[in-house]
Amino acid sequence: MKRPERGIAAAFGVTVLGAVMAAASYVAGADRLLLGLGFALGFAGLAAGFVLWAATLLPQGPYVEEREPMVSPPGEREALEAEYDRPAGRLPRRMLALALGTFGLAGVFPVRSLIVHGPSPSVALATTAWRDGVRLVDQDGRPVRAADVTPGTMVTAFPEGHLDTGDSAAVVLRVDPAKLRLPAGRERWTVDGVVAFSKLCTHAGCPVGQYVAPAQQLVCPCHQSVFDVLRGAEPMSGPAARSLPQLPLRLDGDGVLVAAGDFPEPVGAGYWRPM
Amino acid sequence: MIARMIARAGLRWMDRRLRAAALTREALAKVFPDHWSFMLGEIALYSFVTLVLTGVFLSLFFDPSTAETIYGGSYGPLRGSSVSAAYASAIELSFDIRGGLLFRQVHHWSALIFLAAIAIHACRIFFTGAFRTPREINWLVGVTLLLTSLANGFIGYSLLDDLLSGSGLRIGYSTFLSIPIVGTWVAYLVFGGEFPGDRVIPRFFSLHILLLPALIAGLIGAHMAILVRQKHSQFPGPGRNDHNVVGSKMWPTYAFRSLGLLSAVLAVSFGLGALVQVNPVWVWGPFSPSAGTTPAQPDWFLGWVEGLLRLFPAVEFRVLGYLVPSPFLPGVALPVLMVVALYAWPWLDRLVTGDRERHQVLDRVRDRPGRTAAGVWAVSLVVLLTFAASDDLVARGLSVPVQDYVVALRVVVLVVPVICGAVAYVLARALRGHPGSRLTTMEPRQIAGVLGLRRPEARRPPAPPGPRAERPAVPSEDAPDVVDSGSRHGG
Repeated sequence: MKRPERGIAAAFGVTVLGAVMAAASYVAGADRLLLGLGFALGFAGLAAGFVLWAATLLPQGPYVEEREPMVSPPGEREALEAEYDRPAGRLPRRMLALALGTFGLAGVFPVRSLIVHGPSPSVALATTAWRDGVRLVDQDGRPVRAADVTPGTMVTAFPEGHLDTGDSAAVVLRVDPAKLRLPAGRERWTVDGVVAFSKLCTHAGCPVGQYVAPAQQLVCPCHQSVFDVLRGAEPMSGPAARSLPQLPLRLDGDGVLVAAGDFPEPVGAGYWRPM
Repeated sequence: MIARMIARAGLRWMDRRLRAAALTREALAKVFPDHWSFMLGEIALYSFVTLVLTGVFLSLFFDPSTAETIYGGSYGPLRGSSVSAAYASAIELSFDIRGGLLFRQVHHWSALIFLAAIAIHACRIFFTGAFRTPREINWLVGVTLLLTSLANGFIGYSLLDDLLSGSGLRIGYSTFLSIPIVGTWVAYLVFGGEFPGDRVIPRFFSLHILLLPALIAGLIGAHMAILVRQKHSQFPGPGRNDHNVVGSKMWPTYAFRSLGLLSAVLAVSFGLGALVQVNPVWVWGPFSPSAGTTPAQPDWFLGWVEGLLRLFPAVEFRVLGYLVPSPFLPGVALPVLMVVALYAWPWLDRLVTGDRERHQVLDRVRDRPGRTAAGVWAVSLVVLLTFAASDDLVARGLSVPVQDYVVALRVVVLVVPVICGAVAYVLARALRGHPGSRLTTMEPRQIAGVLGLRRPEARRPPAPPGPRAERPAVPSEDAPDVVDSGSRHGG
């Protein structure tokens, strides 16, 4: 046997080994590493065998193939155009165009079903589940008391009864009330230094999950926008351009934090809306 | 011997019904150029085959539903936790179906290879001018394939409803929202309502396993049908001209070589799937709308958009009193601009070079320094933006504040691609007049000549007078030995 033939045979032999390895691994229950390596070995043997075969046993060119021009002779094209340009009455042609146009438009209507059932986006995006008097609860549904919010920790709160809504999560923090520099009109939105902001970043809507307690900054893990808690979660750096909306807070009779209303503006990423 | 008899009988049976002998001989005699760069597209094709094979297996186990279930499988840390059915089925597939994790990982690796092969193939087409007349038509099909594949890659890894891909979905949703006027409706159309919602996973599943693969398969069919009809382009060389193709015949040599490539692609995909973990969704955890992961990077093929989102300054503005939010410029406007430029490139190139000729012989990269510079600028920009998608990781590794690092990166992505493009231009100009010299063997005086530091002996005209003049026709004596004429078309 000639040398290249032996090499090719050996390569296909590797495939047989790979097949045995894959089958044995599967039966033995080794389902990722050994099974995968068995398959990989089998394919590698095939690859080597085919490539060697092509390089040693098969006719090597170069061959030359002529190329015909990719343009029809003028006569052929004119004949085709004549075929296509059969005269037809103007009225039927126009009615056909009208029919296809209106029918096509009618086909667009069912697309509306794909969009949403319920309020239009501009209404749904503008509001969350927060209302005056709704209690703040944690992810397990336990009410959040003002005393639970200690300095340096971040509590994620949800409106009671709406744990699964995507847009209502708020971060609750305790800061020194003397250092708070909230925008005018929000003096009564905090409870003894406890402030709450929407957890959704105003850039791309990611949860603002990191609180740098010493600097009192909230950081978004997606694109590193930084918000200054003391200044009403105003953006300090990164791609976010608007403050995190603040949730007005008050206390109910039991010392539990409750919302004093919804966020004053839509939460999360911005969209085409009057401002 | 028996196999040969069966094959012969089968061929006869077919031929008595289809009269296919002449046609098949013609097809088998198709000549493929012998250059490795012509196999890049084939790597993409074979990755697609791998994707379909492994994907069918996965689709039989995956449950595209956000219904809450209590996970009770064999992965201990998650047992008893409330997760979506989609996430639970992905974990079950990974831990409780024999071979499931292997096929999941092979599928993911194949997707990464598929997109890489498409990207590198597109670069080859770009830098050699293979998109010129008459192949603009296949350039359009190819760019559409690239975009469809990008979309299907993103949708694919978003299906698993894990915390990492959930962040990506949320960013995608916010990017759709940022489109002026129609943004909210577009986002609702794609996601079936406000994010996260119950509709997005089943909807993406239909897109991922039915609509987009069918579209990709159809486009691949069109891409190859056009290729066969127009025949391959080829690099310049002895005996090669605009009226022929020189290389190996489809049968048997090229077919065996290509089968070898198919096997090699499968070997690499399975090797990676076996050895290198990819997308361990049990580590990321189930999606929750109020939680995030850090660090969070998309798969490599969307890194450039993520890099744009991270580096672009906080620019929001108002139009007619309406808000245009910050993701719009980096997330929508710039990518759309890049895609439009990509589609329009054959015509932009023609506008600049004034070259309206029909071409079957490729440019060498050096032949068109301006195009080469533009391509190197674009590629280095995309690479740097991809790198910028990991700015948080790099900043942490370097112990510098991420804000300062972002400022430095902004300068880098604006300046470095221009430098790369300029260097490419000079090198291409220096090599252009010396067909025999290569990047590794060129002499300093060639560069000095381009930079005007010294007067070269024979200065080339600054603008190329057209590729034909660059490559004088090779007299037929120089042509390689022709074993057999493969020209059988037109029968």
